[in-house]
Amino acid sequence: MTDMVLLGDEAVALGAVHAGLTAAYAYPGTPSTEILEYLVRYRQKHGGPHAAWCANEKTAYEEALGVSFAGRRAMTSMKHVGLNVAADPFMNSAIVSINGGLVVVVADDPGMHSSQNEQDTRYYADFARIVCLEPANQQEAYDMAREAFDLSERFKIPVLIRLVTRLAHSRAAVRVRDARPQNPVRKPPVASSWVLLPANARRQWHDLLGRQPQFVEWSESGEFNHLRLNEERRDLGVITTGIARNYYVESLDELGYQPSHLHIGAYPVPVELMRRLLGHVSRVLVLEEGYPFVERMLRGIVAPDIEVLGKESGAVPPDGELTPDIVRRAMGLRERRGQEIPGLSLPNRPPQLCAGCPHADSFDAIKQAIAGFESAVVTSDIGCYTLGALPPYSAVESCVCMGASVGMAKGASEAGLKPALAMIGDSTFLHSGVAPLMDAVAANTDMTLLILDNETTAMTGGQPTILPPSRIEKLVLGLGVDPAHCHVITAHHRHTEENRQLIRKEVEYPGLSVIIAVRECIETLKTKKQG
Amino acid sequence: MKYDIILAGVGGQGVLSVSAIIASSAMKEGLYVKQSEVHGMSQRGGAVLANLRLADAPIASDLIPLGSAALILSMEPLESLRYLAYLSPEGALVTSTNPVVNIPDYPDLEGLLGHVRTLPQSRLVDGEKLARAAGSARATNMVMVGAASHRLPVKVETLEHYIQTTFAAKGEKVVETNLRAFRAGREAAA
Repeated sequence: MTDMVLLGDEAVALGAVHAGLTAAYAYPGTPSTEILEYLVRYRQKHGGPHAAWCANEKTAYEEALGVSFAGRRAMTSMKHVGLNVAADPFMNSAIVSINGGLVVVVADDPGMHSSQNEQDTRYYADFARIVCLEPANQQEAYDMAREAFDLSERFKIPVLIRLVTRLAHSRAAVRVRDARPQNPVRKPPVASSWVLLPANARRQWHDLLGRQPQFVEWSESGEFNHLRLNEERRDLGVITTGIARNYYVESLDELGYQPSHLHIGAYPVPVELMRRLLGHVSRVLVLEEGYPFVERMLRGIVAPDIEVLGKESGAVPPDGELTPDIVRRAMGLRERRGQEIPGLSLPNRPPQLCAGCPHADSFDAIKQAIAGFESAVVTSDIGCYTLGALPPYSAVESCVCMGASVGMAKGASEAGLKPALAMIGDSTFLHSGVAPLMDAVAANTDMTLLILDNETTAMTGGQPTILPPSRIEKLVLGLGVDPAHCHVITAHHRHTEENRQLIRKEVEYPGLSVIIAVRECIETLKTKKQG
Repeated sequence: MKYDIILAGVGGQGVLSVSAIIASSAMKEGLYVKQSEVHGMSQRGGAVLANLRLADAPIASDLIPLGSAALILSMEPLESLRYLAYLSPEGALVTSTNPVVNIPDYPDLEGLLGHVRTLPQSRLVDGEKLARAAGSARATNMVMVGAASHRLPVKVETLEHYIQTTFAAKGEKVVETNLRAFRAGREAAA
C-alpha cells in the first residue's frame, strides 16, 4: 500500500492499470483528457498497457470493445458530449455479452467550464440499462475503477464511471494496492452473443432486462450505497450522490445533528434503501451534481406524501455546478460572507487566443475576404478557434458540436445564405468533419471549407492529431474535391493579403472549395523548443 | 487546523506550479491536502483560479466555501480582487502589483492597488521587478510564493525543497533563479 497524489482523472487511470487493463482509447476532451494522458505517460515509462488517442470517441469505444471481445480488459474515456458521438457502440455494447471487462469513463462538466452543455451521463447508463459508478473523491475514483472491471465481467455489461469536473481536476492523496495481472486472450464463449442480428439481439436484450434485479440487488448490498437512519429524528432525510456528499459533510457539524442519510455512489438506484429512508422521514433533501436524476425518480408523477426538496422544488438551483455554499443554503444554514469592497466592479477576463496564434491571422484574412457581402455566413466548430466568436474578431457565428460547421454551412448555403464558409480545426475535421464534407462533394455545394491546421489538438493541451498535416490535403482530394479548388496556405500575417485574395476568389466560385490554412500552434511550438 | 488558499492569476502565469509546490510541501509535513485546478478553456489567457485546502484532518469538499479562505495569493492585481467573497474576515491578500493587460477595459492600476490597500490585511509586492533581479521575469510566481511564505503553515525549507524538485529537470540555473526569486519575495514581505 502506497500513497500517491493524483487527480481524480489520474486515480481512475491508475485504478484501471492495477485492475489488469490491457488497452485504453480516448479522444481528448475537458475534463476527461488527463485520464489517457496519464496512461500514455505510464505506457512510455513502463512499456504498457496499450494507450492511444483515437480519431473520435466512437472509434475509441469500438477499439475498446474489440479488446473486450478478445477477453481482455479495456477502458475508453471521454467528456460527456463525447458519449453522444459514441452513443451507437455504447448502447449496443450493453446488449452483447461483454467478455473482458469494459469500463467507460465519462467526465461531466456541470457549470460548463469547457463545454457547450451540462448533460448528465447517469441518464445514459439508465438508458442502456447498465451499472454506473459515481465516485465522491479521488480514493473512490481509484477503488471504483478497479471494481468496475470485476463488475463488468460478473454482469457481462459495460460499466460506466461518471466523473464531474471538480473531481476530475482535483488532487488528493490516494492509497493504491497491488496490481492484478492482465487477462489472457479468450474469445467470447458464446459466439452468437456478439452477433446482433435481430434474432440474437432480441434474446440478448431479453436477457439483459432479466438481469436488472441482480443489478439492483448488488446496488442495495451497501458496497457503494450507504443508508444511516437517525432513530431519534424523523424530520429530515438527506440523499447525496457523488461529490455532493463532500459539500454536505463540509457543513454538517454546523447543523447540530446528523439527519438520516443515504449516499448513492452506484446505480441503478438502491430502491429498497430509498424506500426505507422515505418511510422514516417527513422531508427529504436531494443533493446531486447535474440533473435532478434521483429527485425526479422520487417525485414520480404521483405526489409523494413527504416533502421532496431539491432542484425541482427550488431548494437547489436547477442548473450550474453545486458548491459548498449552495448546499449550505439547502441545509438551512446561514450564508457565510467573506470580504468585500463596496461598489467595486471588475471586468471579466474571458479566455483568448495566445499571442502569435495562427488562428488570429486566419480570422483577419477571412473577415477581409467576406467584407461587403450582405448575407455571408461563417459557421464554426469546437476548438480554440471558437474564441473567434468573441471580440476583437467576432468572425464566426456558430459553435454547436464536433463537425457541425461543415454540414451547417452546406445547409445554410442550400437555404440561400451566401457565401457560406465553414471553419474547422484539423483535429475536429478528422473527428467529425470528413463525412459532411463527403455530402458537400456529392452535391457540389456552393460553400468554402477552411480547415485551420495547427497540427495539434490545441484546446485540450496539445495532443497529437490523428493524421499528420501533410495527409489532410490528400484526404480532402481523395474525397473528390476538385484540385483546382483545393488550396494549402500559410496562416501568417505576412500572408494575410494573398490569403484574403485567395479566399475571396474561392468564396465567389459557385461550388465547393477547401482551403487548408497551415501553421503550427504557438503553444506546442514553444513546448518543443523548451525540449 | 484548517488553511484554505485561493490562488489567482491569468492563464500562463504559473498558478498551477504555485499550487503544486505549496501542496507538496504541506503533504510532506503531514497535512491533508485537496488541490482543485482549472484546466481546458480557461487556461487560454483567461482568469485562472485554483483552490488549495490544507488541514490536519481529512478534507471533504474540493472547493473552498465563501468567507473561509485564510489567504488569497494572486499573481496579478485585478485577479486578486475577483475572489474577495471567499476571503475570511481575518484573511490576508498577497498580490503582485504587475498587471496583465489583455482586455480592452482593464481598470486604472492605481485604483486597483488602492482597493487592495483598503483591505485589513494586504501585501503588495512588485513580483516582476524582484523576479528580473533574480534572473528571470518568469519566476514572478516564485517571488509570490516567497511573499506568502510567512503566512503559510509549512516550513520555508520544505517549500525550498519542492521549488528545487519542481525545476530540477530544467537545470541548475533555473533552480537557482527560482530559489533567489522565492527568497527575494520572502524578504520583501517580511
